[in-house]
Amino acid sequence: MGGVFHAAILFLVAAGLQVVFGVQKIFNLACGSFYALGAYTGVSAVGYFTGHGGPPALFIVPLVAGGLAVGLVGILVERGLLRFVYDRDETFQLLLTFALVLMLEDLVRMTWGTAPVSTGGLYLIYGQARVLGATVPVYNLIVIGASLAIALGIGWLLTRTAFGRIIRAAADNREMAEALGVDMRWVYVRVFTLGTMLGTLGGALVIPATAAMSEMGIELIVEAFAVVVIGGLGSMRGAFVGALVVGVLRSVAISAYPELEMLLIYLIVIAVLIWRPRGLFGAAVA
Amino acid sequence: MRTPVALAVLGLAVLVLPLVAPPYYVTLMLPFMAYGVILLGLNLLFGYTGLVSFGHALFIGIGAYTGAVLTTKLGVRHMELILPAAALAAAVVAAPVGALCVRYVKIYFGMLTLAFGMVFYTFLLKFYRLTGGDEGMRMLRPYLLGREWTGFSKVDYLVGPYYYFSLAVLVLATLVMWRIVGSPFGLCLKTIRDNPLKAESLGVSVARHRWYAFMISAVYAGVGGALLAPPTGNVDPTLAYWTHSGNIVFMVLLGGFSSFFGPLLGAFAFIFLQDTVMSVFPYWRLIFGAVLAFIVIFAPGGLMGLFARRPPVEVSGA
Repeated sequence: MGGVFHAAILFLVAAGLQVVFGVQKIFNLACGSFYALGAYTGVSAVGYFTGHGGPPALFIVPLVAGGLAVGLVGILVERGLLRFVYDRDETFQLLLTFALVLMLEDLVRMTWGTAPVSTGGLYLIYGQARVLGATVPVYNLIVIGASLAIALGIGWLLTRTAFGRIIRAAADNREMAEALGVDMRWVYVRVFTLGTMLGTLGGALVIPATAAMSEMGIELIVEAFAVVVIGGLGSMRGAFVGALVVGVLRSVAISAYPELEMLLIYLIVIAVLIWRPRGLFGAAVA
Repeated sequence: MRTPVALAVLGLAVLVLPLVAPPYYVTLMLPFMAYGVILLGLNLLFGYTGLVSFGHALFIGIGAYTGAVLTTKLGVRHMELILPAAALAAAVVAAPVGALCVRYVKIYFGMLTLAFGMVFYTFLLKFYRLTGGDEGMRMLRPYLLGREWTGFSKVDYLVGPYYYFSLAVLVLATLVMWRIVGSPFGLCLKTIRDNPLKAESLGVSVARHRWYAFMISAVYAGVGGALLAPPTGNVDPTLAYWTHSGNIVFMVLLGGFSSFFGPLLGAFAFIFLQDTVMSVFPYWRLIFGAVLAFIVIFAPGGLMGLFARRPPVEVSGA
């Protein structure tokens, strides 16, 4: 079950990566940094809330609010940096997001220091439950449920709303969508902010279960990367399945063969890239 | 015509540097020379063949760990043996890895190289008994030219014999790379970068040439990695981490990837700028991220591009 919890978090970050790649064709290395940013903001928001007499049982409210709010930096990043490189070679786009990784990592260190920070004992505040013979913190179940709900919500957004149709059209053929009167600048801002918010929310939700560390972003990006490669770049269903594969395999490997943990995942990534570079659900729309 | 003069002046300056400069700055030149070798190789892949590797730190790690294993476990202390061994180890790994990676271009090539790099990183981290885990391994002071240099303190050794040894390796690596990019083989690589379809139809085997370029750049990274280890006396898994791969691509871009000497300038600027920034402000990544963003957006030609009056042009190479 620990694996499913991890998968739920991974899905959020990977979904952010996918939606940005699907529409803007930018592989955003900084999605892990957004995750770290969300985690630290979550800790601060919860600390502020409980420090000002908020009931600890409601800590999830400032946690989510903080995680979503800090996702708005996506607007800044898109308008301030990314919009200059849409016409460039993807190498330069990749390197620009790497620049973001460097900057955000030190911004986090400057703001919150280098020591790990955590929310303290709030993780088990909702108690534990028995599921399929295993004892699971109720908080994990809440996050898994929330992640499922978000997955369904994204599916609904993409397939049933006008904005979703625009996103899919833009992912398929940018020029045609633009010619039909879609203001691409506006779409890009919104899509990138959506992607950023998914990442920061993922970071905020993971934080009651683990401490926030400044390296958490650059470590998560390689896992999210594994998820999208296995699932297929740009595909939402791929992100969902890939996150489950990576999350569960990792927790199985940790208990069975600790040495193989991530090694196994990277070997799968390589196998997928070689045999089926499109991934399991590749070449689909965002 | 001005280039040979500039090179002669620079060469003279580098030769007399240990005699006039404080040892601190001389020791900063050591990573510069090691990275110089690495970046010359990386740019064969990036600038000349058009493939961006995000896992090149894999080969730096292989070179550095080869040196550490040879000196501490196998009792081989001669640098003249360590460097070929590092090159060989890198080539042995690069042959299958490269053969798989060069089938892809652009983002897929970058992702596949990143995955291979992380496999090696995880191996170094998890197989504690073989590799020392996250603490890494010690790299004993290597013998140079068959001599042990016992009378030398660590600093004297580094700013003296080791400095000139590294310099000799860098010069040799530069001359060899100069011949490579100027050869018909180098021209084939540029053709492949600019128009793979045309290259293929002209009878140039695209996959094979990319594979050769991958192998050569891996060998350069292996040698550079082995050179990188002795000054710190220690090797650890972060050498093979993906951010290290990102940093070396950054260095190439900083100097200018479309010029032969750009990567060397990039390594030099990166190391001395990092040292300067860190001495006044601990958050060097913040500054460097901003620098990288600036270069990507406004000056894709790098420092060399800023010096050149016209937009960055190809070095003729001959």
